[in-house]
Amino acid sequence: MPRVLTGNRLETGDVLWWTGSDWSPLIRDAVAIGDEGEALVASLVAAERINDPALIDVTGEPGNWLPTTTRERVRASGPSVRADLARGSLSTEVI
Amino acid sequence: MYRYDQYDQAIVDARVAEFKDQVARRLRNEITEDQFKPLRLMNGLYLQLHAYMLRVAIPYGTLSGTQMRMLAHIARTYDRDYGHFTTRQNIQYNWIKLEQFADLLDDLSKVEMHAFQTSGNCIRNISSDQFAGAAADEVADPRPYAELLRQWSTLHPEFSFLPRKFKIAVIASDTDRAAIQLHDIGLQLRKNGAGELGFRVYVGGGMGRTPVIGSVVRDWIPVGQFLSYSEAILRVYNRYGRRDNIYKARIKILVNELGVAEFTRQVEEEWAGLAPLGLDAPQAEYDRIIAQFAPPAFDPAAPDTLDLSDPDFAVWVRQNVHPHKAPGYAIATISLKPKRGIPGDASSAQMDAVADLAERYAHDEIRVTHSQNLVLAHVKKADLYALWQGLDAVGLATPNLDLVSDIIACPGMDYCTLANARSIPIAQKIAAKFEDLETQRDIGELKIKVSGCINGCGHHHAGHIGILGVDKKGEEAYQLLLGGSGAEDTSLAKILGPGFDENGIVTAVEKLIAFYRGARSGPEERFLDTYRRLGPAPFKDSVYA
Repeated sequence: MPRVLTGNRLETGDVLWWTGSDWSPLIRDAVAIGDEGEALVASLVAAERINDPALIDVTGEPGNWLPTTTRERVRASGPSVRADLARGSLSTEVI
Repeated sequence: MYRYDQYDQAIVDARVAEFKDQVARRLRNEITEDQFKPLRLMNGLYLQLHAYMLRVAIPYGTLSGTQMRMLAHIARTYDRDYGHFTTRQNIQYNWIKLEQFADLLDDLSKVEMHAFQTSGNCIRNISSDQFAGAAADEVADPRPYAELLRQWSTLHPEFSFLPRKFKIAVIASDTDRAAIQLHDIGLQLRKNGAGELGFRVYVGGGMGRTPVIGSVVRDWIPVGQFLSYSEAILRVYNRYGRRDNIYKARIKILVNELGVAEFTRQVEEEWAGLAPLGLDAPQAEYDRIIAQFAPPAFDPAAPDTLDLSDPDFAVWVRQNVHPHKAPGYAIATISLKPKRGIPGDASSAQMDAVADLAERYAHDEIRVTHSQNLVLAHVKKADLYALWQGLDAVGLATPNLDLVSDIIACPGMDYCTLANARSIPIAQKIAAKFEDLETQRDIGELKIKVSGCINGCGHHHAGHIGILGVDKKGEEAYQLLLGGSGAEDTSLAKILGPGFDENGIVTAVEKLIAFYRGARSGPEERFLDTYRRLGPAPFKDSVYA
């Protein structure tokens, strides 16, 4: 199952996904992470600029990822009860 | 209302300066997240699903208009234009940025507010009766004693690293509007035959993973000695409470393991040593604080009649207005459970409006309730109509207090990292099934409480109907509980049977209510009373058969 890398920006708390070269607020920009994932997480923890970095399971394909757990779908979409605060890359409908 | 003295303000200013420095050091990477996390938690700052969440303390749930207006300013300036009033009578903001936090703390401190001790293993915000100072059945205003507890517990050096968090509630009526028997310490102010004040002391209550109803450890402690007695309770807990297992660290576990009699013996022994040391506040300090909670100058000529010719106003009065101890006055509850709304949420514009209305009609006092509503405790009956119109103009005149749509719901998995399931959509779906007000009124008092995880911030164990969100292989599921109460007839809700998915739990609640309406002995018998009379079996059959 594909995995993508997510975390929260220290300064703002914003939810982010790793694009391969930078961070994006949209899960659709995420790249699948291979065996290098654990090392990447360890380096992020050491750098202390991204909080709670984690590899999460997703289904789908690049540009159309869907986290497997409800919790991560909520993180990707925004609160299901506030459509006006949705992030834009994942509809709250999929929660 | 209590106003800070020089010591209160100095403590807050020093703590704010300290934490601002810690934030700056973290942003400069001079301290690690592992080092910073306990510091930010002690200052009410969590990292939740979408951003940082800040919990601001509202001591015993009492606010001035100026303070409420500042809460609106915080929402507008540092968050996304709304806040969430909680079951601890506090407010939470869900979209806080660490890089703006120093300015936010400065703004809060300008109105004698802060966020420390809203997290961590310390004595949390003291909660109280939202009708304090206005209820006809109270023996005295309980808030001066809650304020003394606030001062005593603020940065208390001995109790800043307890085995686990610690919650205290204070009331002064036989009617319990603060769920004192479900707190670590519950204090009921009473008056004896000689007219003296003293407290009945409950210890070891709580909800969460192991729900327990508190036990009376002392039926009477003179009011002048309740601080040293509280100190003795905390000392015994701090010394012997478990620190090896977070799930067994609350005082309720210690009381259960020792037994009430042995726990009480140890507290009494500790107190015997403490009482002579002069730890209790001197009478002058009692008098100073009590004077600050002096009731407003009620108008003795205020008319005690009410024009109920507007039917919508009359419905609101019947449901949301309570008698006041002063003739010509009333207590008005502002429901934060509008149709299709989010329980406890208020926009900055609504907060500003409540501040304006409180200043104009309610002697500049606002209360936050543990049911996630607001209260204006001192309103002239002659002003109620204008108040209602003002509330209606900003969507705050929903006449559903204590009805089926007045649902407590924690933030759940829409916001919270601890949650296993969403709470708010469940509350919204149940409320939508019973939108018709006449139907709600026919059902009568029914307290539904929804928690998104076992920690129980939604008080599901105290719900007439409780709903607990659980994780089922990564998906949301919901357990159904019945028979709880957080009032003076405290009881703990019990699981009825197997759980449900999101739609299933809503249907189950509909079935329960339909059964109740057919089975009740008369229109005055509440859902909880019917459940207590019949027991769980017929309710279970109505859902699962």
